Amino acid sequence: MIPKIVLTSGHVDFLKKVSELSGQVVTQCDQCGTCSASCPMVDGMDITPAQMMRLVQLGRREVLESKAMWICASCFACTVRCPRGLDLSKVAEALRQIQLRQAIDHIDIKSIPKDEIERLPQIALVSGCRKFTG
Amino acid sequence: MSSTEFTSREQSQMKRTGVYVCHCGGNISEVVDVKRVAESVLGQPDVVLAKTHEHMCSETGQNLVINDIKEHRLDRIVIAACSPQFQGPTFKATLDKAGLSPYVLEMANIREQCAWPHFGFPGEATRKAMSLVGMALAKVDLDEILKKLTFPIGRRVLVIGGGIAGIQASLDLGDAGFDVYLVEKEASIGGKMMQLSRTFPTEDCAACILSPKMADVAANRNIHMLTYSEIENIEGYLGHYEVTVKKKPTYVNPDKCTCCGDCVDVCPAVAPNELDQGLLSRKAIYLPSPIAVPHAYVLDIKACLGLLPIACGKCKEICDPGAVDFNMRPELIRFTVDTIIVATGYDIFDAGQKKVYGFGQYENVVTALDVERMIVHAAEGNPMRPMGKRIAFIQCVGSRDEQVGNESCSRICCMYATKLSQLLKRSDPSRDIYVFYTDLRAYGKGFEEYYKRAQGDGVKFIRGRPAELVEDPRTKKVTLRAEDTLTRTIIESEFDLVVLSVGLRPNEGTEAIAKLLRLGKSPDGFLQEAHPKFRPVDTLTDGVFLAGTVQGPKDIPDTVAQASAASSRAIRLMNRGEYDVDPVTAFVHVESCDGCGLCVDRCPSQALSLSANVAVINEALCKGCGSCIAHCPKAALDLHCYTNDQMLAQVRAALSDKEGPDVRTLIFADDMTGYRLADNVGTAKMSYALDSRIIRVPSCSRVTPQLMLQAIALGADGLILCESEKNSNPYPHSVPTIMSHVSKAKEILGQVDIAQDRIHFVQFVTVMLAGFVNNINRLSEIARKLGPIPAEPLQRLSQDMDKKLFGGDHDS
Repeated sequence: MIPKIVLTSGHVDFLKKVSELSGQVVTQCDQCGTCSASCPMVDGMDITPAQMMRLVQLGRREVLESKAMWICASCFACTVRCPRGLDLSKVAEALRQIQLRQAIDHIDIKSIPKDEIERLPQIALVSGCRKFTG
Repeated sequence: MSSTEFTSREQSQMKRTGVYVCHCGGNISEVVDVKRVAESVLGQPDVVLAKTHEHMCSETGQNLVINDIKEHRLDRIVIAACSPQFQGPTFKATLDKAGLSPYVLEMANIREQCAWPHFGFPGEATRKAMSLVGMALAKVDLDEILKKLTFPIGRRVLVIGGGIAGIQASLDLGDAGFDVYLVEKEASIGGKMMQLSRTFPTEDCAACILSPKMADVAANRNIHMLTYSEIENIEGYLGHYEVTVKKKPTYVNPDKCTCCGDCVDVCPAVAPNELDQGLLSRKAIYLPSPIAVPHAYVLDIKACLGLLPIACGKCKEICDPGAVDFNMRPELIRFTVDTIIVATGYDIFDAGQKKVYGFGQYENVVTALDVERMIVHAAEGNPMRPMGKRIAFIQCVGSRDEQVGNESCSRICCMYATKLSQLLKRSDPSRDIYVFYTDLRAYGKGFEEYYKRAQGDGVKFIRGRPAELVEDPRTKKVTLRAEDTLTRTIIESEFDLVVLSVGLRPNEGTEAIAKLLRLGKSPDGFLQEAHPKFRPVDTLTDGVFLAGTVQGPKDIPDTVAQASAASSRAIRLMNRGEYDVDPVTAFVHVESCDGCGLCVDRCPSQALSLSANVAVINEALCKGCGSCIAHCPKAALDLHCYTNDQMLAQVRAALSDKEGPDVRTLIFADDMTGYRLADNVGTAKMSYALDSRIIRVPSCSRVTPQLMLQAIALGADGLILCESEKNSNPYPHSVPTIMSHVSKAKEILGQVDIAQDRIHFVQFVTVMLAGFVNNINRLSEIARKLGPIPAEPLQRLSQDMDKKLFGGDHDS
């Protein structure tokens, strides 16, 4: 089914927030797709980097649910090639920040049995609990 | 000398002034008591009569002035009515009719700048109107009797560049009977158009429609064609540009050459052929193009083995008519012209700069201009190289790309790619052709239909800018990676040929010409027109015009239209045999000038020079901005119609009725924007502080730091300098000049402990009505808050003002 969206001022607020956090004039992206075709990680993403920019332009918060910003390796291939001089890595980082600041715990350590904790790699536990950092 | 006395240079003689106050059918008289205004000036020594009239601009109003001039022998006129921007020309003509110089008229703007903005305050508005009339009287007293300057002008034009723009301009001018010098640096005229296959969207054969025009140039008796020639130097001004051209030797006498081609057959030296973008080769002696004009062989000295019979000399030996001449030398040709058309055109973007596309490394990555040549040769049954079945075009290469330093759109690439893709597809329908674009701009006549035709022919347009190309080292095929942004998928495909739709850059020769002629550049590097809307082919250098892509990327029809426009603008100046110059020019008080020469380099129009140790102004070059005046430590420089004495007299008059706790602000407004803006504010009936007085100047760069300080010393509580913002300013240098004047004045205010906030500089466009009002009101508020300036700092300000402004160096 084709989704329908209604454009509201709430959308503008989200765009504003991402623009402020990233310092990038996201609305200047002209959707040429150079970033997507330059991205070495794009095969693993659910939306392309250009699509991420588009969703932010339209202020659509569902971009936060996409995996793309977490798969971004901050290699800057998009940034050095963007014909409009935009830094997409910063936009992806802004999205990660917004998500992290919601302080969502992805795991509850207390509910994991002790022997399992001992088997789990430490880094997985730390990143699973990450809050307010980035 | 008391602190606030600034003496006039000469004692003014008794004048016979007539003052007229207009009702404007109630527009003025419903607010301002016009009768009281007229009465207020009676009894002043120079005023012979003061009258009111319902409509001064009507025939009866004008006749009233004409009769009074005759009957009362009036020699100065003040008309208090609407803005001089509005009816000024009418009243100037009235004076002219009565036999008076139109320059002894002053208008007090009591409609747009008094009755209308202050409509709610009739009493105050009447007092302000009296003050405005007082200012006009003070100025008119010092008006000089000036005449329009007329200079002779001939009918000779230099056209720089022999592409289609230069060809069209030369033909228009030559046909109209003007003498044209057409200078082209290549051996043949024709330019880039000569290389093209067909033209969009009609698909005419480019060479077929160009060659008759080139032949017309050669046949036109009024056109002196100077090919293989470059501009060495240009000096002078409108009506007198001295040009030096260096003509390189071709070593072939065109009058004797029969174009038999025998020399080519024997020539052993080979070089890349420029006509074919270097993709094919030619001999050292060659014909620049099959349609070359002049139609003669050229010997390329860089490729030749040597001009000595001992080195080679085969061409000279075989040439039957004896056209080859090794003794030719570079020639310097000097001539004088009246106007100049710059048509130096473009170069294509150097695709090698866009490294990710591998141009120059990958043999199957070529530019669109290369493909033009390939199509020409293929159509002649002489294919240059195989072009393959799978072809991709990449748009915006070198355009709309900050990574290569060019943000702008090159305008023609969408359509030439649409053209080339169709030509390739139609010549072999089994080809698979893709055009990768970001935005497809089909804005011109017939363009959208042409784009649709390409789609119908099966060319596939994909919205996405390719990120990189990779060559298969074995097959030499090229893999392209892009996002199809409409389906959000990544495309990775192999092509036989990738065509880069390269953008346009200014021709490399443009820079030197721009420097010689003092032409400005827009941010994209192309030359700047005088006004983007109303003077699209003029430049700010008088008598110099732009034609074609030197001004910005454009297609052939636009280029031809602009070339015809440029020639008609040149004809407009030359046709009458003389041209008028407004007498508002700078002049020198010779007795004060000590020949220090400080002013000479400061004139942006280079109208100032030193002659016999005295500054001299070339009135044909002077634009009358007045920015030179501030640089003279001896006050020897001045400006007609806005003399130092007149400026000071107006300031003094504006402050003369200031009483006790009154605040009085002075607004210097430039002719182009500030003054018009004030008029627009009045027309919109927007009110602002009554305590402001607006003084009109050609440019605020005329307002010297000295004048600002004198105004403060005489009692002004605050000043604003209103100037056109840089982009729309007729004097592009004025904004930085004003900034330095203002900071100088502020610095001195700071030294004597007067608030620097009393002087403001604001840049405007004519629609910023609210901004204008806010600035005036805010200054009045500031002045009120600061209170009057105490006597002590005022006195310190007036002491040794010259020394503060210019230091001690120039007191000798």
